Amino acid sequence: MIRPASDRNKAEIAQVKSAGTASAAITSPIVERQNTNANRAVSFISGADRHIRRRLMLSRIFAAVCRFATYSAMAILIVLLVAIVWSSVDRLALDFVTNTNSTNPTRAGILAGVWGSFWLILFTALFSVPVGVGSAVYLEEIAKDSFLVRLIKVNLANLAGVPSIVYGILGYTVFRSSAAALGLLFDGHHVVGMAGLFRIRLSKLPIYEDNILVGALTLTLVILPTVIAASQEALRSVPSSIRVASLALGATRWQTIWRQVIPAALPGISTGVILSTSRAIGEAAPLIMLGALTYTSMCPGSIDSPTKLLTRPSQVLHAPLDQFTAMPIEIYDWSKQPDSRFTAVAASGIVVLLIVLLSINSVAMIVRHYASRRLKW
Amino acid sequence: MPTITSGNVPPSVAGVDRELDMSAHSAAIEARRLNFFYGEHQVLFDVSLTVPERSVTALIGPSGCGKSTFLRTLNRMNDLIEGSRCQGEILVEGQNIMDPAVDVVLLRKHVGMVFQKSTPFPKSIFDNVAYGPRVAGEKNRAVLADLVESCLKKAALWEEVKDRLTTSAMSLSGGQQQRLCIARTLATNPRIILMDEPASALDPASTDRIENLIGELCANYTIVIVTHNMQQASRVSHQTAFFYKGQMVETGPTMKIFTHPSEKQTEDYITGRFG
Ligand SMILES: Nc1ncnc2c1ncn2[C@@H]1O[C@H](COP(=O)(O)OP(=O)(O)O)[C@@H](O)[C@H]1O
Ligand SMILES: [Mg+2]
Repeated sequence: MIRPASDRNKAEIAQVKSAGTASAAITSPIVERQNTNANRAVSFISGADRHIRRRLMLSRIFAAVCRFATYSAMAILIVLLVAIVWSSVDRLALDFVTNTNSTNPTRAGILAGVWGSFWLILFTALFSVPVGVGSAVYLEEIAKDSFLVRLIKVNLANLAGVPSIVYGILGYTVFRSSAAALGLLFDGHHVVGMAGLFRIRLSKLPIYEDNILVGALTLTLVILPTVIAASQEALRSVPSSIRVASLALGATRWQTIWRQVIPAALPGISTGVILSTSRAIGEAAPLIMLGALTYTSMCPGSIDSPTKLLTRPSQVLHAPLDQFTAMPIEIYDWSKQPDSRFTAVAASGIVVLLIVLLSINSVAMIVRHYASRRLKW
Repeated sequence: MPTITSGNVPPSVAGVDRELDMSAHSAAIEARRLNFFYGEHQVLFDVSLTVPERSVTALIGPSGCGKSTFLRTLNRMNDLIEGSRCQGEILVEGQNIMDPAVDVVLLRKHVGMVFQKSTPFPKSIFDNVAYGPRVAGEKNRAVLADLVESCLKKAALWEEVKDRLTTSAMSLSGGQQQRLCIARTLATNPRIILMDEPASALDPASTDRIENLIGELCANYTIVIVTHNMQQASRVSHQTAFFYKGQMVETGPTMKIFTHPSEKQTEDYITGRFG
C-alpha cells in the first residue's frame, strides 16, 4: 500500500486513537487488516505509539526549520529594502532621475547612468540573443554527440560560474585593443574601405576605446553562458515526439526547428534571456575594469530623453561609440564619496536600479505569459 | 482476451474485402532481404515483404520483434536514430529508397506515418492539419482551408471540430487527436500511410472509428499497420505478416493466416499460446 506519508500518519494516528478508546467504528483499511490479527495489532500499536510521536515531532521540527529559513531570508530582504528606502528619502525626488551627476549631493542625479545602462543592455541583448539562442539550438538540436560537444556542454556550466571581473579583464585585453586597432583604421575622420572603393566620411566622429560597444560585448560574455543554459533547458523541455511528427510530415530539419521547436521553447528562452539581461544591468565590476566613466554628466550620444531617440538620428548612431557610465557604477561611486550626504544619493540610485530590475522581471513574466498563450498546449 | 481459432475470425470492417485477390494489385512497397542494426544489435534478419497497392497490410508479432523498426525503415524515420544501420533494398513504387541520393523529405511526404501516441502540435486544429502543406510551400489561405476541410472529412473528424478549428489541438480527446494526426498525414497527400499501433492507446469506441476509417481509406491509400491486437489485424487487413524475433515468419492473405497458417509459430501466436 503506497500512500503519502502524511496520509499514512493520519491513518495510523486514527488507529492508535481508536485502539486507545476501544472504538468499534473501524474504517481505515489498515485497521481492518490488523483487526484480523488481534495479537499482532496490539503489540504493533504499543510500539508504534512512541515511533509515530517521534516521527511526527521530527517532521514538525523539519518543517519549522524550513519555514524559518524562508521567512528569515524574506525578513532580511525586507529590512534591507526598508533601510535603503529610508536612507534615500533625503534625495529621492523626481529631479534625481532627470539630473545628471554633480559634485553637489543635492543636485546629483542618475540620468547619465540610466541612459548608459539602457544602451549597454540594448546592445548586450542584441549580441547575446542570436549567439546564445543559436548556440543552444546547435548544441541541442543539430550537433551530433561528439567529445567536443560534450566538452562544451560541461564547460558552459563552469563559464556561468566565472566571476564577472574575469570577463572584465578579458574584455579589457581583447575588445579594447581591437577597438584601438579599429580606431586607427577609422582615424576619426573616414573609413577607408576595400581598395579605397568606399570613402565614407564620418567626420568628427569621436571613437573612444572604452565605448558602449566594448562594454556591451563584455557584458555579453558575462551573461552568454546563462542565456545558452536557459535556452538549452527550454529546448530540452520540448517533447521529441513533436520533432519526429514534424519530420514525418515531410518537414526539413530546419523547418522543424524553426516552426515547431523554437516556438514551443520560446516562453522558456525569452524568460531566460530577460532574466540574464537584468543580471547584466546590475554588473559594475567588469565595466569598471573596462574604464567606464565614474563621473560624467554626459549621456551617450548626448541623448537624454526618449524623444531625442527619434528626432536625433545622427546622435543615435553616435551613441554606441560614445563613452558611458552605468547605474551600478554611479551607485558605487556615490557610496565611496567622503561627503556623508552622498549616502542618500547612493541609496536613491539603488532604489531606481531596483525599480528598473523589478520592471524588467515583470516584463519577463508578461512575455512568458503571452508566449505560452500563443502556443496551444 | 478471446483467442482466434479457425472459423472464429471476426468479420472485417466495411471496405476491407478479405477475399480480394491481392496478386492483381501492383506492389506499392517491396522490401528485399532487409537487415537492420541498432549499433551492433541486429533486430531485423533478411526480412522480405511485398505490400500490394491500395490494400491494408497488418504486421503482427510479440512486442520487441521489430515491427516498428521495420515500419520506420519504410519512410527512413530510422535515419534519426544515431548508430542505426540498414542493409537490403526497399522499393517504393519501383524506386530504391535506400539509395543515398533519395530525398527523405520527399519520401516522407509520399509515405506518411501515424504514431502510437497521438502527437498533435501545440497549435490550433487548423494549423496542425495545414502544417504539412505549409512546409511544402503552400501559402494560399483558401487552398489551405479547402485542404484542411477535405482532410478532416476524410479522417471523419470534420463534423466534430468544424466550429472550433482555431482552438488548440490539445483540447481534443485522445481518439479525436489520433484522427487529427491521420488528417494531418493525409494533408501531405501521401500514397502510402504507415500506422504504428494507432489505436492501442484508445478506448473501444475510438478504436472502432479508427478501424472503420482504415476501411474507408484503403480504397485510395496503401496502408501498413502494426498492431498487437489480433482481432484488429483480422478485421482491418487484406494481408497479414507475422514477425517473430526479427524475422518475417509468414505472410499471406489475412483469412489464410488466421485460419490455415502454414507455420507452427504463426498458429501458436494467433491462437494465443505465446506472445
Ligand atoms: N532506438 C532504439 N535503439 C536501440 N534499440 C532499439 C531502439 N528501438 C528499438 N530497439 C530494439 O529493437 C528491437 C525491436 O524493437 P521494435 O521494432 O520497437 O519492436 P516492436 O515494435 O515489434 O515491439 C527491440 O529489441 C528493441 O529493444
Ligand atoms: Mg512497436
